[in-house]
Amino acid sequence: MKRNMTCIICPKGCLLMAEICDDAVSVTGNSCPKGREYAISECLHPMRTVTTVVRVVNRTDTMVSVKTARPVPKEKMVQVVAALRSMRVKAPVAVGDVLCENICGSAIVVTKTVL
Amino acid sequence: MLEHDIVVIGGGPAGMAAAVAAYDAGCTDVVILEREANLGGILMQCIHNGFGLHKLGSELTGPEYAEAYAQMVTQRNIQVYTETMVTGITPEKIITAQNCGGILKLRAKAIVLSMGCRERSRGALNICGTRPAGIYSAGTAQKLMNCMGYQVGKKVVILGSGDIGLIMARRMSMEGAKVEAVCEVMPYSGGLTRNIVQCLEDFGIPLYLGTTVVRIHGQKRLEGVTIAQVDGSRNPIPGTERFIPCDTLLLSVGLIPENELTRMAGIAIDPATNGARVDENCQTGIPGIFACGNVLQVHDLVDYVSEEAEHAGEAAARFVRRQLREAFSRSTAAGFGVRYVVPQHITTDEEDVSLFLRVTEPFGKVKFVIADDERILAECKRLKAAPGEMEKLTLKAEQLKNVQGPITVSLEVLE
Amino acid sequence: MEFDVIIIGAGVTGGMLARELSRYQLSVCLLEKENDIAMGASRANSGIIHGGYDPIPGTMKAKMNSRGVELLFEAAAQLHVPHERNGSMVCAFSAEEESTLEELYEQGLENGTPGMQLLSGDEARVLEPYLSEKVTKVLRITNAGIISPYELTVAAVGNAMDNGVQLLCNFEVKGISKKDNHFTVTAKTGERVRGRFLVNCAGGYSDKIAALAGDCDFEIIPRAGEYMLLDKSEGLRARHTLFQCPGIEGKGILVAPTVHGNLLVGPNAVRVETPASTETTSEGLSLVKRLSAKTVPSVDYRQVITSFTGVRASVKGGDFILRLSEKVPGLLHAAAIDSPGLTCCVAIAKHLTVLLEQAGLALAEKEKWNGIREDPCTFRTLSDDEKDAYIKADPAYGRIVCRCEGVSEGEILNAIRMNPGARDVDGVKRRTRSGMGRCQGGFCGPYIMQLLSRELGIPMEQITKSGEGSPMLTGRME
Repeated sequence: MKRNMTCIICPKGCLLMAEICDDAVSVTGNSCPKGREYAISECLHPMRTVTTVVRVVNRTDTMVSVKTARPVPKEKMVQVVAALRSMRVKAPVAVGDVLCENICGSAIVVTKTVL
Repeated sequence: MLEHDIVVIGGGPAGMAAAVAAYDAGCTDVVILEREANLGGILMQCIHNGFGLHKLGSELTGPEYAEAYAQMVTQRNIQVYTETMVTGITPEKIITAQNCGGILKLRAKAIVLSMGCRERSRGALNICGTRPAGIYSAGTAQKLMNCMGYQVGKKVVILGSGDIGLIMARRMSMEGAKVEAVCEVMPYSGGLTRNIVQCLEDFGIPLYLGTTVVRIHGQKRLEGVTIAQVDGSRNPIPGTERFIPCDTLLLSVGLIPENELTRMAGIAIDPATNGARVDENCQTGIPGIFACGNVLQVHDLVDYVSEEAEHAGEAAARFVRRQLREAFSRSTAAGFGVRYVVPQHITTDEEDVSLFLRVTEPFGKVKFVIADDERILAECKRLKAAPGEMEKLTLKAEQLKNVQGPITVSLEVLE
Repeated sequence: MEFDVIIIGAGVTGGMLARELSRYQLSVCLLEKENDIAMGASRANSGIIHGGYDPIPGTMKAKMNSRGVELLFEAAAQLHVPHERNGSMVCAFSAEEESTLEELYEQGLENGTPGMQLLSGDEARVLEPYLSEKVTKVLRITNAGIISPYELTVAAVGNAMDNGVQLLCNFEVKGISKKDNHFTVTAKTGERVRGRFLVNCAGGYSDKIAALAGDCDFEIIPRAGEYMLLDKSEGLRARHTLFQCPGIEGKGILVAPTVHGNLLVGPNAVRVETPASTETTSEGLSLVKRLSAKTVPSVDYRQVITSFTGVRASVKGGDFILRLSEKVPGLLHAAAIDSPGLTCCVAIAKHLTVLLEQAGLALAEKEKWNGIREDPCTFRTLSDDEKDAYIKADPAYGRIVCRCEGVSEGEILNAIRMNPGARDVDGVKRRTRSGMGRCQGGFCGPYIMQLLSRELGIPMEQITKSGEGSPMLTGRME
């Protein structure tokens, strides 16, 4: 199976061609090794870093932004956001604080400091 | 009257980087005036990742990128006035600002303008129809959702495929809204490719190119929009109209540098960038007033904003020390295929100079040609060029020797 | 609730009448179907104080206009409403139109219009440097002016309320009955008010109200007019209000400065279905563009910040209807108040008051009546030293919420707290201009919603753009 895709590793946006035979993927069109890795990953197990927000209970109209510490399977993105929707945090929180250890295989990390 | 060496107006990514760079260049009397309660500017609502790869070497979210620079500001003891709005500047570099303490007057030896930009609004587009609730610029919706925690709508159409619009398409989808379509009046997208992939394709959101919103429906809250295809002159083609029911229309139709203060000071503006005309040091027409970041030219990547701002900050520090010299003055110009060139003039032939530009439309393989009245100074090839992606070309000091007349950048299509 | 006088419709006519009646020892109630006042023709019109040459001599319009100009300037000063006597010009582009100007001049003399001059095209261009080269002659009226119509209405109603008038918003009249010399007016919600006199100031809906009251012999013909408002960078294109000669395409498209320094162009005139038909159309706006470019060719239409439509309440025959009902004693009609209705609003209010007295309403002046209303937005007009003192007294003035128009939190709080308090985002906008600038609320919108939420004690999700059915948000993220 052949697949065309745009590389999103950097803003360059190389057009990649991937050919999948069983579990082996051959990639052309990439201008760096990361592009090759990206194409293989997109074909076999696409991953995304998820970013969303969590409500701060002790501040008015305030949300704190969070992200998955590492990429999670693409199909689980919405699940991560849904799981975090009911979560609450209490200020102060700081960039790097870990909110929870494991949601869909990744820790959830605070990305904004709220004093 | 407060006296300072350098006053930076705006504490977003440009302002912070400029202040830090000025400080590190030896000018320690730097203050930042910021209208919001925190440093960081618009980055604070850009919770998605993809910032900092180029500049900080890791992929960060907007608030993390801002935090990194805010820490640099704090470490240097750079004085920051938050919730302080500048209401006027004069050519004599006297700044009027206000905050809850009263009216402030500051006299600066150098000023760095870094006020950022604003989003183009519905009025500027002249979309016909009613004026109901539910029409937001993408950035306003982003602020309401990401900073304040409110849903702005459930069924959404996005007009404009600028990056904020694309990012919001994903954001709203993840929060359970249905994004019906992204419409782009141009035959190509204005956003970064990675955003088209990650924000639209990942969520199965259709992107209609050469399509615009021609009518707004609903008396109280938006009830739907009529979209239509457009011809080559961007006029709607009769018969292609289609009604899409929705309760929300997000506009992501361009950013406009916020140069009201710049104009107030009497600084010349380039109509192509809507930013100040500057030299290679980001110095405007008034010596000692510098401009950088999105108030100078709208950037695609914050990394480049920081880079440009550092350059402006260093130059401001040199100006304060009276070390900013101008050897000569040559203007730059945009030739075929090029919409604008920043800087608009060059005053040195002793240092390399970076030229920033945008092309007028998408091209495949091209060659940029930098030439003066008599000869070609430099050439540089690209595999592709698109209006959505700013180009950076470098002119070496030796290439600047003996330049005759204006320096024009144009492109040649190679295939 | 029992009142001496019930006024239906809080537009500029009803609002100014309420203020006039508030001078007397009367209980007065002002009913408005919308969430805010000035929601009909009073919110979207040219904002012109007409010199008075235009109405046909002898008509009610002519009488009210000649009396109304000075009364309005006086009221505007008392109510601290932005206004300016900038003068107007009617432009002729041909010999035929030149003779129209002469007819208008004669008509003006008959109406007693002061300050008229006939100028050559070149003389006019000295005063108006951007005026088209093709203008051959103008009729200048130095006495004419401009005013912010919704701010005038807000101030009139506010001043009336300060003097005891009661305003009921979201009171959409569904029934009117009369028994024992008393009217009972019932709202859609079931709410009722009773009163001895009833004044119909319902604008586009005044025929419907007349019918509910059992005396309708006129039909309102709603006519839409589309406008474009341009950024302040275009504000200097016109100093006077520049009209074209009345012609087949309406009374003439105008190009005018606004009191806030923007440029206004429009309106066209299109018969529409209902007074609520306030859509803009591409045909209408391109016509406005094309015709206004005839007067001032250099207008840069890329600087348009918003476009809007106002619907005038006209009738066949074209004159104001200002009369007591013969069929229903105690009912007074103030209908068909289209142009120059804004100019005439104070004169009309005084005329209506006389009619009410004739109908048996006793007018005894209050011992204390205060006709002055402070501007909620005084702050922005102050010098830096004065501003500093204001901020030191109330730090809310130090926070600029709307950066395009330079509106402080203090001014927004005034707009919410002062009579008649803003209850929605558009209400804040009309009172303070926040959100009216070039970003059109992009930056300040969320803050204004927060201020409304805090002041009114309602959650953010209940904040509306303009009353019920127009929520700004669809929920809280949970």
